[in-house]
Amino acid sequence: MRLAGLLGQRRNGRGHPLHWTDIAAYAYLALGVVLMFGPVLWLVLSSFKTQSALLEFPPSLLPFSQVEVTVPGQPQPLPLFRATLPDGSVRELAQVRRIGLIAQMVDPADPSQQFRVAIDKRQPVRRIALATENYSEPLQRFAFLRFLSNSVFVTVIATLLTLLINSMAAYALAVYEFRGKTAATLAVIGTLMIPMTIILVPVYLVVTKLGLVNSLWAVILPGAATPTGVFLLRQYMLTLPKDLIEAARMDKASEWQIYWRIILPLSLPALAVLAIFSIMWRWNEFLWPLAVLTKTETYTLQIGLNAFQGELQTQWHYLLAMTVVTLIPVALVFVFLQRFITTGIGSTGMK
Amino acid sequence: MTDSPLASPSARGTGAAVLAELGRVVVLPVHLAMRLLDGPMRGIQRVIGARRMAYLFLLPNFAFFGLFVFLPIGINIVFSVTGGTALFPSERPYVGGDQFAYLLDCGSYLDPGTCREDHFWRGVANTIKFVVFQVAAMVLLSLITALVLNMKIRGRGFFRAVYFFPVLLSPVVVALIWKWILQRDGLLNAAITTLGGQKILFFVDPSWAMFWAVFVSVWAHMGFYTLILLAGLQAIPADLYEAAEMDATPRWRVLLRITLPLLWPNMIVVIVLALIKGAQTFDEVFVLTGGGPGTATLMVVQYIYETAFSNQVQNFGLAAAASVVLGVVLFVLTLLQFAAARRKEV
Repeated sequence: MRLAGLLGQRRNGRGHPLHWTDIAAYAYLALGVVLMFGPVLWLVLSSFKTQSALLEFPPSLLPFSQVEVTVPGQPQPLPLFRATLPDGSVRELAQVRRIGLIAQMVDPADPSQQFRVAIDKRQPVRRIALATENYSEPLQRFAFLRFLSNSVFVTVIATLLTLLINSMAAYALAVYEFRGKTAATLAVIGTLMIPMTIILVPVYLVVTKLGLVNSLWAVILPGAATPTGVFLLRQYMLTLPKDLIEAARMDKASEWQIYWRIILPLSLPALAVLAIFSIMWRWNEFLWPLAVLTKTETYTLQIGLNAFQGELQTQWHYLLAMTVVTLIPVALVFVFLQRFITTGIGSTGMK
Repeated sequence: MTDSPLASPSARGTGAAVLAELGRVVVLPVHLAMRLLDGPMRGIQRVIGARRMAYLFLLPNFAFFGLFVFLPIGINIVFSVTGGTALFPSERPYVGGDQFAYLLDCGSYLDPGTCREDHFWRGVANTIKFVVFQVAAMVLLSLITALVLNMKIRGRGFFRAVYFFPVLLSPVVVALIWKWILQRDGLLNAAITTLGGQKILFFVDPSWAMFWAVFVSVWAHMGFYTLILLAGLQAIPADLYEAAEMDATPRWRVLLRITLPLLWPNMIVVIVLALIKGAQTFDEVFVLTGGGPGTATLMVVQYIYETAFSNQVQNFGLAAAASVVLGVVLFVLTLLQFAAARRKEV
């Protein structure tokens, strides 16, 4: 095995015996996989369990559910058990009712045969069953689709707006020399330092004055201009050759045409990074929407989920399924763009 | 920091591919809209000249900054020195430093119970406790993880992704995942009872609630800090390690003499960033514990949010004053960060 070099040592590790640190490192990583992926996997598995399976303790790993059979003469499907009869034989029986410690059971094939079985002499017959109704029912019963479409709307519009106005500002700061350029750059740096939490109340006032409370625009607009976005785009635009712009000016292109026909297409990689980040920010945003959205029909997914967990304390089966739906876009982004994002974050320090 | 990744050919390729996919759906209407602007923009340019077009390009972004950042900062200060229950500054009576005096009125600053606004001080105490433990755990764990991920191990990319994955999850999802695991009949209690222990009510016991608040927050954000440290580790020149190997230096010595000292600037960045973000903690803990049991995990930001927006209180002035106090602390921390970043460049 080619294992070598803890702590950044570079060796041409061929033929080196395994150092104890290598073994420790692999053990650490294995533990990491369990701790980091395990909880998410547990969530996904749990979301496919029926309500009764969720109440089981200790919980089973896979989504099992009890087999139910329809017995002639019974209005409801009956749960199936594997019962040990007094004579020692084992039969699969359906339970009609339970009285104290005794269960009344019938043979599903021949309902005229009745049995009385002590409840500790029977085992439920179970098989793996995916409770897809956890997913389909909230779609009909709650405003879940509404939350989903609100979230998509906010994410898409806010990202487009952010890309547009940030790239315009970045273009101005990267390409032109003008009076007040330093002041403008400093102002952008200054806004970097101010987190939303600090100015929560006055932004709320501004949004109220604009008549936007309980409108999705109240979520979209305040975060549209991001200093990180301006920085990222400006940094990239500075690397573009100035000759291109000069050539375009010779050809009588207007400044606006230069911006959107030359600079924007060339900045696609940087715009893509900002787009991904903006999508993540907006999709996951919580505190601000929580403050400005008070009507259920305007809730985004995150706020809806939080509200659900208060109201549906006992309805974990819906809550888990909705949580899984909320993390699907994130999981997709992760699967396809993971390498790209990690380099992006690692070197810009953005989040 | 290191060079922009955007300039690297691979990033260029992936980025273009991503956008090409999105492009077909989104870009066309945008393209048409921009095209419609061609004429008017040319007209404006004729009037103000090409150079002054810069102001026009800056205008939308700064309009947003002005409306939603600069103006609110001003209003926030007005709020903090006025009282009453009105939302609009003109209707609020001037009270000077009363809000601050009320907020800072304490028998003993070490005991929140003796303060007039005891929830604020519990928030402060909790946030300090949270930040101290969180930053310590974060720095230690992300350092170990970065060191391990920097080794020549198989599947390095995969493991990096594993630690990074939770960073992408929303705070609500993170909190709900752990709430599900930590509930009374949850996975962890199942494991504990299987091993012969008693069920623990994690969110009823104040110290457990704080422990899990820190744990979940570290779990969610560790990958981000690991990446920063990993970038630092990879910037350490390889010849230093080669020289150390020539001299047959033991590994622990290489770690103490080469790796850690050269990684120090990144460590400072990680510490300061974790401090700033830790002080702003709200969502995860709020969804996980609701600030409880009692006020055991109530953070300053939750105090501000509830003072301003919960139905019973709605005291904007006090919330604004509290946010000014928090703002000053964050400002100092940010200055520290800039100082650290500058030192790193030198």
